[in-house]
Amino acid sequence: MIWRLAFATMLVLAAADKRSGYQDASPETRAMQDDDASNPGFLWVQQGETLWAERTGNAGRSCADCHASIRGVAARYPVFDARLGRPITLAQRIQQCRVERQGAGPLAPDSDALLGLTAYVGLQSRGMPIQVSIDGPARPFYEAGKALFETRQGQFNLSCAQCHDGLAGQRLAGSVIPQGHPNGYPEYRLEWQGMGSLERRIRNCMIGVRAEPFAADSPELADLELYLGWRANGLDVETPAVRP
Amino acid sequence: MVRVLISVPKRVKRGEAFDVKLLISHPMESGQRRDAMGEAIPRDIINSFVCTYNDDEVLRADLFPAIAANPFLSFAVTAEQSGTLTMTFIDDHGVVQTETASVTVE
Repeated sequence: MIWRLAFATMLVLAAADKRSGYQDASPETRAMQDDDASNPGFLWVQQGETLWAERTGNAGRSCADCHASIRGVAARYPVFDARLGRPITLAQRIQQCRVERQGAGPLAPDSDALLGLTAYVGLQSRGMPIQVSIDGPARPFYEAGKALFETRQGQFNLSCAQCHDGLAGQRLAGSVIPQGHPNGYPEYRLEWQGMGSLERRIRNCMIGVRAEPFAADSPELADLELYLGWRANGLDVETPAVRP
Repeated sequence: MVRVLISVPKRVKRGEAFDVKLLISHPMESGQRRDAMGEAIPRDIINSFVCTYNDDEVLRADLFPAIAANPFLSFAVTAEQSGTLTMTFIDDHGVVQTETASVTVE
């Protein structure tokens, strides 16, 4: 009974006190993110901005030819795609647009070009609160994502929730365990010495607990991202964030 | 050609210091790592950087390994008259790249 009460209190606290990974980063890392001139993520944004305006594919159309304003778009992703009948991420939407509307080949997953385009689109929503919807048909996918988040996995037999809900704010090998909100992706990680996607971060975590990572663009990843997005609702988009 | 982001104020006050900031997209491979097959990964860094302002040299730097990928350089410059900052860097492959930024003194 006491344990149940303690657990309930913890959940309420977690809801009231969402913390961006920015708040857990060192002052030096925060300073890198605060000044666009020192944020290396803008090297990718610059590439993305070029690609956005570039006519490509059989249709000979650029992203900018169709999309006048994309402000606020990234804050709503992942979204439920009615035609596919499942949630898709922002990077998957960009790929879909490339293949179906531009008549171009898909970009390689985690390529600089795709990261750049995603970062450029994400930047247009910087400072806006995340508003991921789990209403209607998205609900079962949210439930599936939540179940994945809470499922123990790997040789270490750990779930995402055990660290990022239960032990957030405490330390793992000297680093603060963040709440694990996806509000800055794609982001520049000092550890990676480069830009990376949320998928890459999840893959890293799964390898960390010695589990088999989900395949790129697998439905599990989209479900998990939908849950993570909903869980971060209200936090400001920080793309391109800088993290340790 | 690598991607470079330069941040310089468009207008500056005469004789007053202003910041020049550069981000260069570069792997800065130290030469001390090995790949999955155990082979040494050759060193590939930007080894020299020079900044001139209207033909006056304002900064010259030799760079060494153990500088992170995508290096960030920041330094202060004062100007007496309007002109152009010319920034040139050379990497281990001998590739020379030059970027410019104009500054208006008022």
